[in-house]
Amino acid sequence: MKLKGWKEVEPGAVIKEPGSAMKFKTGSWRSLKPRWIPENCINCLLCWIYCPDMAVKVKDGKREDFDYDYCKGCGICALECPGKKGKKAIVMEEEAK
Amino acid sequence: MATPLSLKELSKKEILFTPGHRMCAGCGAPIIVKMVLLAADYPVIASNATGCLEVSTCISDYTAWKIPWIHSAFENAAATISGVETMYRSLKKQGKINDEIKFISFGGDGGTYDIGFQSLSGAMERGHDMLYICYDNGAYMNTGIQRSSATPFGADTTTCPAGDVIPGKMQQRKDLTKIMAAHNIPYAAQASPSHWGDLMKKVRKALEIKGPKFMNVIAPCNRGWRSKTDDAITLSRLAVETCCWPLYEIENGNTKITFKPREKKPLVDFLKPQGRFKHLFTPENEWLLKEAQEQVDKNWERLLAEEACFAPKETKEKASKEQ
Repeated sequence: MKLKGWKEVEPGAVIKEPGSAMKFKTGSWRSLKPRWIPENCINCLLCWIYCPDMAVKVKDGKREDFDYDYCKGCGICALECPGKKGKKAIVMEEEAK
Repeated sequence: MATPLSLKELSKKEILFTPGHRMCAGCGAPIIVKMVLLAADYPVIASNATGCLEVSTCISDYTAWKIPWIHSAFENAAATISGVETMYRSLKKQGKINDEIKFISFGGDGGTYDIGFQSLSGAMERGHDMLYICYDNGAYMNTGIQRSSATPFGADTTTCPAGDVIPGKMQQRKDLTKIMAAHNIPYAAQASPSHWGDLMKKVRKALEIKGPKFMNVIAPCNRGWRSKTDDAITLSRLAVETCCWPLYEIENGNTKITFKPREKKPLVDFLKPQGRFKHLFTPENEWLLKEAQEQVDKNWERLLAEEACFAPKETKEKASKEQ
């Protein structure tokens, strides 16, 4: 993306587009990748509330897959996942090279 | 109608804080902001003190906020929002605005405990209708882990490095929540992202109260705490369960502990996973661990005593009958 020159920037450094950070994909930061295993998921949504990058997609109260465009691979979701019968519904894997 | 505090219902709400912000992987602060904005059932206007959160959420032409948000300087987040709030009251009086809007200010521990302290103290004393939320990660993490007055006893930072001369920070941290409560504000509370329900309940309660409110929230920082990227929530939970970060609220001068761990864990459980405390686990520094534990015990005992002292009359009578 081309950076704006000073003449194009709003006076007072005002940003008029709410949530424009969405255009910046942070997924490339990741070295570990979370994998969701739906059969072990109890839909507790703890991964959703604890994700610092809003990278867990939920639709109508139901867990959906990760948003890998933004997931930075911190692993909080995998650590906090209670899973089903001791089996985690999220595991961290090496990002494929 | 307020959204019920269940994750299923909350997940249907739009999060007014977007991904694409440039906080480090596994940072505690964006989790807190997300919970605060989800809890708020009103339109919110926020100000931000300089710090990790401010820098990384509005880099150049990007903003991660979907609410009106203002940053002016390091030391004046509280003064800035109190100005906005005053303008709002004026416009409301003139009949130009009818909406009920809430005002929240975010600051890190550097911008709250130290640099922004006078403006925060002033805003609280003037009685603006605002909520100040401090995300406390215990040092100036944004500029490279310099000690702040929120840095815990014994922690290693770049300006109090543990070595031959000193074993980390030799002073105790400032108890800001109590200092804020001492402003005789209607509501001051301490929360942790690990206990999301408690945190969100406190935000809701605070927003319903008129006048100045303060919340102090622990925000693990894996870079500064020298811990793993995935343990932000685990560490904040341990901080609560070891009682070094008790969850409580002081409403109109009455203290109430909102979470009492069934079993108070030893402080080392919280210190051990963090590299900033690793020098404490050598034989010559054993006295520091003991002292740190004593400080935590003393503060916890004091908090329990405060709660008992201000408990409503009925519970007091009940307690004396049980004895």
